[in-house]
Amino acid sequence: IMCASAKYNTRGPALIPRMKTKHRIYYIALFSVVLLGLIATGMFQFWPHSIESSSDWTVEKRSVHDVPVVKLPADSPIPERGDLSCRMHTCFDVYRCGFNPKNKIKVYIYSLKKYVDEYGTLVSNTISREYNELLTAISDSEFYTDDVNRACLFVPSIDVLNQNTLRIKETAQALAQLSRWDRGTNHLLFNMLPGGPPDYNTALDVPRDRALLAGGGFSTWTYRQGYDVSIPVYSPLSGEVDLPERGPGPRRYFILSSQMALHPEYRSELEALQAENEESVLILDKCTNLSDGVPAVRKRCHKNQVFDYPQVLQESTFCVVIRGARLGQAVLSDVLQAGCVPVIIADSYILPFSEVLDWKRASVVIPEEKMPEMYSILQSVPQRQIEEMQRQARWFWEAYFRSMKAIALATLQIINDRIYPYAAISYEEWNDPPAVKWSSVSNPLFLPLIPPQSQGFTAIVLTYDRVESLFRVITEVSKVPSLSKLLVVWNNQNKNPPEDPLWPKIRVPLKVVRTAENKLSNRFFPYDEIETEAVLAIDDDIIMLTSDELQFGYEVWREFPDRLVGYPGRLHLWDHEMNKWKYESEWTNEVSMVLTGAAFYHKYFNYLYTYKMPGDIKNWVDAHMNCEDIAMNFLVANVTGKSVIKVTPRKKFKCPECTAIDGLSLDQTHMVERSECINKFASVFGTMPLKVVEHRADPVLYKDDFPEKLKSFPNIGSL
Amino acid sequence: MQTRKKYIFLTFFASWLLLFFFGGDKLRRFSFFSGRKGEARRNWPHWTDRSLLKSFADPEELQSDGDPSLPSPRERRAARLSVYKNSRCRMETCFDFSRCEKHGFKVFTYPRERDQPLSESYGKILASVERSRYYTPNPEEACLFILSIDTLDRDHLSSQYVHNVDEKIRGFPLWNGGRNHLIFNLYSGTWPNYTEDLGFDIGQAMLAKASFYTESFRPGFDISIPLFSKDHPQRGGEKGWLYQDSIPPKKKYLLVFKGKRYLTGIGSGTRNALHHIHNGQDIVSLTTCKHGKDWQKHKDTRCDKDNVDYEKFDYQELLHNSTFCIVPRGRRLGSFRFLEALQAACVPVLLSDGWELPFAEAIDWGKAAVVGSERLLLQIPSAVRCIHPERVLAFQQQTQFLWDAYFSSVDKIVHTTLEIIKDRLLPHRSRSRFLWNTPPGGLLALPDFSTHLGDFPFYYLQHGSSPSEKFTAFIRAISPASSFSQPILRLIQAVSASQYCAQILVLWSCEKPPPPSGKWPQTTVPLNVIQGRGKLSDRFFPYVAIQTDAVLSLDEHTSLSTSEVDFAFVVWRSFPERIVGFPARSHFWDPEQRHWGYTSRWTNELSIVLTAAAFYHRYYHSLFTEYLPAGLRELADGLAACEDILMNVLVAAVTKLPPIKVTQRKQHKETVPQQVECKDGDVGTPSTGREQSPSPPRSPPAQVKGTVAGGRRFSQQQDCLNQLVDWFGYMPLVSSQLRLDPVLFKDQVSVLRKKYPRLEKP
Repeated sequence: IMCASAKYNTRGPALIPRMKTKHRIYYIALFSVVLLGLIATGMFQFWPHSIESSSDWTVEKRSVHDVPVVKLPADSPIPERGDLSCRMHTCFDVYRCGFNPKNKIKVYIYSLKKYVDEYGTLVSNTISREYNELLTAISDSEFYTDDVNRACLFVPSIDVLNQNTLRIKETAQALAQLSRWDRGTNHLLFNMLPGGPPDYNTALDVPRDRALLAGGGFSTWTYRQGYDVSIPVYSPLSGEVDLPERGPGPRRYFILSSQMALHPEYRSELEALQAENEESVLILDKCTNLSDGVPAVRKRCHKNQVFDYPQVLQESTFCVVIRGARLGQAVLSDVLQAGCVPVIIADSYILPFSEVLDWKRASVVIPEEKMPEMYSILQSVPQRQIEEMQRQARWFWEAYFRSMKAIALATLQIINDRIYPYAAISYEEWNDPPAVKWSSVSNPLFLPLIPPQSQGFTAIVLTYDRVESLFRVITEVSKVPSLSKLLVVWNNQNKNPPEDPLWPKIRVPLKVVRTAENKLSNRFFPYDEIETEAVLAIDDDIIMLTSDELQFGYEVWREFPDRLVGYPGRLHLWDHEMNKWKYESEWTNEVSMVLTGAAFYHKYFNYLYTYKMPGDIKNWVDAHMNCEDIAMNFLVANVTGKSVIKVTPRKKFKCPECTAIDGLSLDQTHMVERSECINKFASVFGTMPLKVVEHRADPVLYKDDFPEKLKSFPNIGSL
Repeated sequence: MQTRKKYIFLTFFASWLLLFFFGGDKLRRFSFFSGRKGEARRNWPHWTDRSLLKSFADPEELQSDGDPSLPSPRERRAARLSVYKNSRCRMETCFDFSRCEKHGFKVFTYPRERDQPLSESYGKILASVERSRYYTPNPEEACLFILSIDTLDRDHLSSQYVHNVDEKIRGFPLWNGGRNHLIFNLYSGTWPNYTEDLGFDIGQAMLAKASFYTESFRPGFDISIPLFSKDHPQRGGEKGWLYQDSIPPKKKYLLVFKGKRYLTGIGSGTRNALHHIHNGQDIVSLTTCKHGKDWQKHKDTRCDKDNVDYEKFDYQELLHNSTFCIVPRGRRLGSFRFLEALQAACVPVLLSDGWELPFAEAIDWGKAAVVGSERLLLQIPSAVRCIHPERVLAFQQQTQFLWDAYFSSVDKIVHTTLEIIKDRLLPHRSRSRFLWNTPPGGLLALPDFSTHLGDFPFYYLQHGSSPSEKFTAFIRAISPASSFSQPILRLIQAVSASQYCAQILVLWSCEKPPPPSGKWPQTTVPLNVIQGRGKLSDRFFPYVAIQTDAVLSLDEHTSLSTSEVDFAFVVWRSFPERIVGFPARSHFWDPEQRHWGYTSRWTNELSIVLTAAAFYHRYYHSLFTEYLPAGLRELADGLAACEDILMNVLVAAVTKLPPIKVTQRKQHKETVPQQVECKDGDVGTPSTGREQSPSPPRSPPAQVKGTVAGGRRFSQQQDCLNQLVDWFGYMPLVSSQLRLDPVLFKDQVSVLRKKYPRLEKP
């Protein structure tokens, strides 16, 4: 099957032997010949082709006025009115979209034509600047196809953004004669200003049968949930005015209204608010006495005071967006751009992209009847939330409002998500501003689960050739009641593991895995043999841990299954002199890491370590043969946002065989290397994910004046 | 091996050459080679005069979108009331908000009439409403009305079908055209079409219905609920089946289905095709024709073989052992299968076109289910195979969260329905989608407390913030006013010396007035006195004075040192959603008495941390007072030391995690001297004599010997615990085997190196 997903290898580390040198030369030679062939073929194929096509390139340099004219006979068919019962499963032909590995719909754009009626009068403006931008954006996007037969979605080039600029019946006739119209199936129309006097319908009045409508002023009665897409009314000011993002902090006004031509009833309610709250409310209106040449759209007035628009929006915490003749208002875009929290007063309005955007995070919706209470309602919003809403408002504008391109792509993505729901963009991706995406953590093991004790854990011993010590570790670990399997990772390619009969006889299954290369990362490979969630990584020289200590470690891990649970703790410190991180192994009051010479953790982190480790950390660790434990600590802390849990007083691993080389100078270089690792990893992660804590876990009755024999873990070891 | 590779390369090379010489022309036809550049030409043209194009609307027109000829907003609102009725109902046209303003969101259930049949499920729904904190027996106060007529089964062939509903409801004086009414329904329509028809006119009532079809669903007004069986538990509910987060998801099957195949009628389109994807290995899709009386009549060639295969697999076994479960439509859109799969952590693959998914107004189903299309059944196997293992793991966890938060009992389903409606009343005080879809879920995140994520104890990590760096000490005093007991003075001194202490609040639970402010000890932090109402549950009231995230709850007799407070607070900052404290207790199952036991003996486990000395998030005060029904708080008021247990049970039910015990300097040997009681009937048995010196246990913890009073109190606590378990429907407490100590606690290192040396003094 064609999967976009990277199939991950369950067989173990790569086992392909390296090519022998003499063969390598042969292969290189072969490869270059093939490459040459390829290049030659390519030249042969493409050269004449592009010469032929050069004449077509001139077509590019066309004017909108030169597009072909289509005459619509008066009796040409008119589509049915929009069908309010349409849903994706009834009116949309999914078979056109098919299954594809990229999970992207294909969008076709009809070529531009000029439509005239029988008398040669234009049906509508050929195309507006915005619609041209929108179509350009689609055509430049990944969704675009020029092959009408492979298309899943069709976008007519007939511009219906503004219903007031077109003739309804004739536009409908123009739609009906599109080559793939087929009752409008899989056709997408963009409209921002629907309706017209006197009733101002909330959806485009052009009969459009089954076509999907991306509309800018839907009410809950015209919006076909899950079929139509609610889009913003684009504000051309977005492109003209550059409003830098304004940081958090007090703003001059609490509530501001900037809309012109508000209905007098709304205006009087606003003025009542202003009368009550004086300075903190600012109600602006159109300027009446502007000197010539000053564009009225860029100024607002209050009494005789003149304000720059949209700059003035940045002076207020909340900005009112009240419905006009239509529900959708361009001012919403300006307000968001200014990072002002919109207060939406438009009953039954379907907010832009409400299918995916969580407007509660960026706006306050107030029913029209509650307008007199607006001030007290807004006062009840916590200050910290206001700041987030401001940031959120700005983010919505940047991502989904700022250009026709943003609007077009968000619309297509929403439709795409409906067709390939299993590849849909998540709530977080739609809604979290970059700052939140960066600072927040979404723990992949988010369900609070305490794994059953009966599952036990799998001990993984990484070994090279210290067989005697290894056997002692195996014997010791096998005494731990909850051990369910022991896995020995034989990292020595030059030597075979001992024969079966030589291994210690233990009560649980013992498996030996041989690796292809002597790499430290083999310790953290998600071997199929690991059937438990809990993994105990243990070095082949850790024999000092008591059975109680290990069992207790496992019990602690069960209570914190998403953390690293280990014995000796270590700390990272900021070295102010050197201006960098420093590794600390002194016995401090704090810990931020545990050594993985013996540590419990979830198998999931093996998977992450092997396949999702950022940057080149994994290779770096393998090359330096050091710091795999620090890398693991970084990885887990980064993905969960949580600290490690150090258990029991244990401060160091004293291995009998390494005492001899445990010299001071070696210790020094060791510390330098470890510090280097921390600095390297912190730069790759782009942050310091490690969390410092002051606690460790002991058994409930540890060191309590209580009969030892009644304690669950009496023999908890020492330093 | 090597030679074979060599040949492969040679062949490859040769074919390249052949292509190069002879196939050049044909090659061009493969779009892969020929056309990218050529195609690019047919992109949307870059018009030469694009900069001259006119804008779609005049800027001034865009900014002043008004029309003086339009009716006034008030008139328009009045006019739409008459237009948008019945099938076009929305909250703003069919719901009377003014009914909810005075008394808040209160729900009234019609009194049950004796001769009226009531199905088990509807009885449970009514019981849920009546047990909820929104219930009112007074229709005057009510914002929402629920009929006592059983409307769950509206299939007129069913035995539970209630006749003449129209007639009955028209007789209700409160009916009012159905305004502000909520009608529950599980089954509508009947053979053969199973329409959405309920057989009576619901008027302007809201409909909470299972198997809702999007077309008849009134968005923002109706609520889609899941189909549940009559055996669905009233409260508590079973846990989900996921006990292991494994990656890759190691289950025997990838995708399973076992169910009826409809040969004719509605729903047969999908049910009749399901057998196509069966591969006998990791995809098992089994259908049977054996259902209904006359299945033999419609029988086709597959039937006999299918029926045999069908019996080979057990439904429960498949459910347990599959990663994905197909949940196709039945005759109706929803099925029991949906909740079954959700509970089993078998990711539902929905094949039910047009189904308005349960609680979709709140729940983001894209995080927990694969919403497939009936028409694309054959793509399902490849689609689910392509889902990344991490995503599958996230799906599985989300199914469990949703099951536990909204579906596992009738109580939860009904309360979710009510909360969704409540959220509509005050849009600015409602839950964002994030709160609904993140543990612990919408029912436990009260928007009345705050709508800001950083104010809750659960979302610090997702929100990228951390709990406040100070705490409020909250001391409950019940001694009489005349003399200050020594312990409370010492306590105030010790606590106020903590560098993290922001303020001290004393809850004065005595009828006598508190001593004047001059009499209180001088402290570096503000000290304020709050007058309690003489109830035990007062201590968990969400007082506005508590401004910090952390509350250090204390009894006046508690003895703590500054180091202990400091260390515990630092620990709490790492576990802000839990109770972090000192004296601990544990619960156990007593198999002889067949009930839960409570012990204060020293044990190797703990599940309760006494709130006489504990840190927790102030949000739990709000949950305690606003989320728990009044009945539970009354229970806590009436039994000694029950409010402690209730708080622990509540936090455990919310977090599913045990509390955390931290180092306590020494065990208090002396029994606290008997105090002169504050003459205050409501306080009940004072908590003064709370066992501070637990006796060594004999395991298993058995009966507690002690004074008569002590014995009575223990039996009261036991009683309390058992009543709470009954109310919650399960035992929420979780045990822990660990205690958190400072990193160098009692280590053989110099005292000078230790940050909390005072914790070790004997």
